[in-house]
Amino acid sequence: MIFSYYPGCTLKNKAQDLDRYARLSAEKLGVALEELEEWQCCGGAFSMGRDEIASKLASVRALNAAKEQGRDLVTLCSACHNVLKQANDAMANDADFSLRANNYMQLAAPYRGETQVIHYLELLRDRVGFEALKKAVVKPLTGRKIAAYYGCLLLRPSKVMGMDNPENPRIMEDFLRAIGAQPVTWAMRNECCGGYAVMEDRGLAAQKSERVMDNARDMGAEAIVTACPLCLYNLKKNTLKEGRLPVLYFTELLAEALGVKD
Amino acid sequence: MNKFDKEQILHTSGVNVLKCMRCGKCSATCPSYDEMEYHPHQFVYMVEKGDIEKLMASKSIYKCLSCYACVERCPRGVEPAKVVEAVRLQVIRRQGANHLTPDDIPALLDEDLPQQAIVTAMRKYSK
Ligand code: SF4
Ligand code: SF4
Repeated sequence: MIFSYYPGCTLKNKAQDLDRYARLSAEKLGVALEELEEWQCCGGAFSMGRDEIASKLASVRALNAAKEQGRDLVTLCSACHNVLKQANDAMANDADFSLRANNYMQLAAPYRGETQVIHYLELLRDRVGFEALKKAVVKPLTGRKIAAYYGCLLLRPSKVMGMDNPENPRIMEDFLRAIGAQPVTWAMRNECCGGYAVMEDRGLAAQKSERVMDNARDMGAEAIVTACPLCLYNLKKNTLKEGRLPVLYFTELLAEALGVKD
Repeated sequence: MNKFDKEQILHTSGVNVLKCMRCGKCSATCPSYDEMEYHPHQFVYMVEKGDIEKLMASKSIYKCLSCYACVERCPRGVEPAKVVEAVRLQVIRRQGANHLTPDDIPALLDEDLPQQAIVTAMRKYSK
């Protein structure tokens, strides 16, 4: 199985573990992730303005590069995933935006949202399969109680993300079961950590993150997993030290279970 | 009332504000509710009424987390976050109205801050 892969800026810098463990695990599972030759930062957030064109072109270029290679495009960072899927949806379904973007880019052939974007978790669920993953596990995380944290960007807006039920998701819980861990049931798993507001108002991010942390702890989790570098940062940095659970990338647990964690 | 602002905001957001039934669910689910002077449902009806200046002058436009909770949970598919975004764009597109500039960044850095936080904030707060 060969896929194009879009890591994004943060995975080349502060979130190298998210990327590294994903690559090691993919290799073990017989999945080839080929990083796009040239890619630019997605900008971190999809501009919701329909008349914002230029700020979305980096995403469209990445999508088109995958199309030219004839491959599906795998993403890993929750934010990149959200931006690329929304940009792709706009190219497919917003005729005015699509026309303008294509007019700017003058590609060999116009891009109309042909590429299929899949998150690494979807790759595990839909292509590898959680059953096959389970069989590949050499060090099951037996007895480990983990809180799967979706945050906001992985699932919403659900009609575009199309990944799982936005209010009652199970993809991360099923993933945790496949690697032998015990997912915890908790209410705050799909509520926002405060996100980029940390740049504007650290207190607001701290308040939101603390509520997430408190809930995971109250429900008996020993650690939280996420696919988002900003969630990880907020939960680790903007919560009270006392009672703070470890926060990990889900790929780290995956690599551990597959026996490829260095 | 500035008719141009209203038209531009409706165009940028692509939202049909007339679909709103004022149930307030968007505001009830908004994680930034306490920080906002005007709440998501107010953005929707104030734009409908053309009461735009107050929104444009309010700090509320910088408090939206773009978490899409209001978008997901609005029973009428209004997508209030797009209205908040369009009002903010209407402000920061004006010359000299950036809310965050590269010069502000060094003071906000720490050794773990992910690039994602910086690029997202720049995208949301400046043009
Ligand atoms: S949830 Fe939707 S219908 Fe209800 S007040 Fe908000 S925008 Fe209007
Ligand atoms: S997207 Fe913005 S306005 Fe809507 S619920 Fe989230 S923080 Fe509130």
